[in-house]
Amino acid sequence: MIFKYSIKTAVNGLKTHKSRSALTILGIVIGITSIILVVSLGQGAQNLILGQIKGLGATTIIVLPGKISFGPSTAAETMNDSLKEKDLNLIKSKANVPYAKYVMPMVVGAGQSVYGSNVYQVAVFGAGGLVPDIFNITPDKGYFFTDDDVTSRSAVVVIGYKVKQRLFENDEAVGQKIRIKNTTFKVIGVLPEKGSSSNFDDAVFMPYTTTQQDITGTKYYSRIVVEADSDADLQSTVQDITNTLRDSHNITDPLKDDFTVTTSADIAKTLGTITSALTAFLAAVAAISLIVGGVGIMNIMLVSVTERTKEIGLRKALGATNGDIQTQFLLEAVILTALGGVIGIILGSILAFLISLLISKFAGLDWQYSFPVSAAILGLVVSSLVGLIFGIYPARQAAKKSPMEALRYE
Amino acid sequence: MNIIEVKKLGKVYDNEGVKTDALHGVSFDIKKGEFVAIMGPSGSGKSTLLQILGLLDDYTGGSYYFDDKNIKDYNPKEVARIRNEKMGFVFQSFNLLPNASVLENVKLPLLYSNVPEKEWERKAREAVIAVGLEHRMEQDAKLLSGGEKQRVAIARALVNNPEVIFADEPTGNLDSKSGEVVIEIIQKLNRELGHTVILITHETYTAEYAERIIRLYDGEIESDKKVENRRLDGAAFTK
Repeated sequence: MIFKYSIKTAVNGLKTHKSRSALTILGIVIGITSIILVVSLGQGAQNLILGQIKGLGATTIIVLPGKISFGPSTAAETMNDSLKEKDLNLIKSKANVPYAKYVMPMVVGAGQSVYGSNVYQVAVFGAGGLVPDIFNITPDKGYFFTDDDVTSRSAVVVIGYKVKQRLFENDEAVGQKIRIKNTTFKVIGVLPEKGSSSNFDDAVFMPYTTTQQDITGTKYYSRIVVEADSDADLQSTVQDITNTLRDSHNITDPLKDDFTVTTSADIAKTLGTITSALTAFLAAVAAISLIVGGVGIMNIMLVSVTERTKEIGLRKALGATNGDIQTQFLLEAVILTALGGVIGIILGSILAFLISLLISKFAGLDWQYSFPVSAAILGLVVSSLVGLIFGIYPARQAAKKSPMEALRYE
Repeated sequence: MNIIEVKKLGKVYDNEGVKTDALHGVSFDIKKGEFVAIMGPSGSGKSTLLQILGLLDDYTGGSYYFDDKNIKDYNPKEVARIRNEKMGFVFQSFNLLPNASVLENVKLPLLYSNVPEKEWERKAREAVIAVGLEHRMEQDAKLLSGGEKQRVAIARALVNNPEVIFADEPTGNLDSKSGEVVIEIIQKLNRELGHTVILITHETYTAEYAERIIRLYDGEIESDKKVENRRLDGAAFTK
């Protein structure tokens, strides 16, 4: 039988029982929808996290307080007081860390910023004057504070794009004063929009000494950012910093380090692995519904074979071989599940898109929707395979029927 | 020249250990172009015989030669090919695909044949015209009357120009007028187009359209005679 007609025959067979066909593929639709949804959201989360790290250069080293504490969770960093001024000065010393180009401490806090009647929750990044060099970001209005401002604990801030939009709307921000935690700060610069890959848009930068005094009330640092001279010096600089801090903290056993020295590449890699593993795990859970869907397909195909026994007998009487009958029923199963796959991909993508919109709107995150191409292709292949695997048994049953018994069936 | 030769044909049904002797020692020949009616009461084995002759069922004893070849020498694929190319079937209950059009139903055997695709439409249309249903060509089979359904089934049996047409009680589900139309078409296929016809019927009136009647009783041939006054006066079908 010509393959084109095998497909046509299979499609006609399915069309005859539209509602049953629709219900049959529901399991596959749900399975593929869940997989697409999970993978898409997983990718979105990964992009969000990695994007925040991407702002750092390849030669950037980050020293965090506490052991293995990185990523967006700042709780452990801010609560841990292991990085102090003494450590900063030791790292700054060329004798200890010879290939450090820049060394800059950061103090992370948060608070409500107020301008007139406008209020906006912001992340406060206390930093040094090197931010434009290290993070490759320069105010498009005004200027960034300098290390002199750090020394004098100036009450000045450089605000992120969104902060400017929310507090000042269309008004000029530079030169205006805002309040954070009952201290008044003069806005001296506005950063350009960084988009989804950064949390700078929601942040205000101020001298870290000012942050310690007016925002966090602490003496320690949330992190120390070090820029190595070159890629080649990156690993030796990491080692120099580690040795320096171990000396400073009297640590002999590396397992007892109370700090973490990591590069942006390390963080990106670790977080990438974690989110990928989590996504894969959730997708695997979702894939169980595909098996359930497959069993459903097998069940309905068996019913269909029994119901169409007479048709099978007729086709055989008219010259269909066992292979023709098997192909017809197998194609029906594969077309059903592949169709379920396509619907699942569309539905999953729409849901993921809507959830992305909701997250970015209500959670205030710059979450971007991403269509998981590989998961979609895999979903289509897997759903077709489910049809093939779970369709074989009913198709064989159909092919095995003797034409006479089939014709006699009532 | 014989198209069918059966010698001491036997069939025993084994239904979960219960054996039923449906045919035993049936022998006869059917020549190419012959119109043979097989008659007999219920349980006489006439349907079993037709199913074996139509390669729809296996026999359990004796031998069956179709076109001078022992059918035991054919593999299942070749059997399917013979059914497709050399045999046509008309069943009592029509066995049409209800949701397919008349033309699609008639095309069905061509789907499984070696006939080039470009000829399918022409052949199917010719067969539909031959049974006088050209005005129903695109209609779904489920919308036809019983007589029309059986004419579609005849067109389907005819479309591949088979050697033998097997008709199993083709008028059994029809009123007398429709039945007459159907049997006259079948006779015309035999007389004018030269198809061998093997007809199963329990109606003597219908059997008399054939030129020979084989009567079965309890799985054996009771009589095998030429029809003295063959019914040739049908005028219902005029093509």
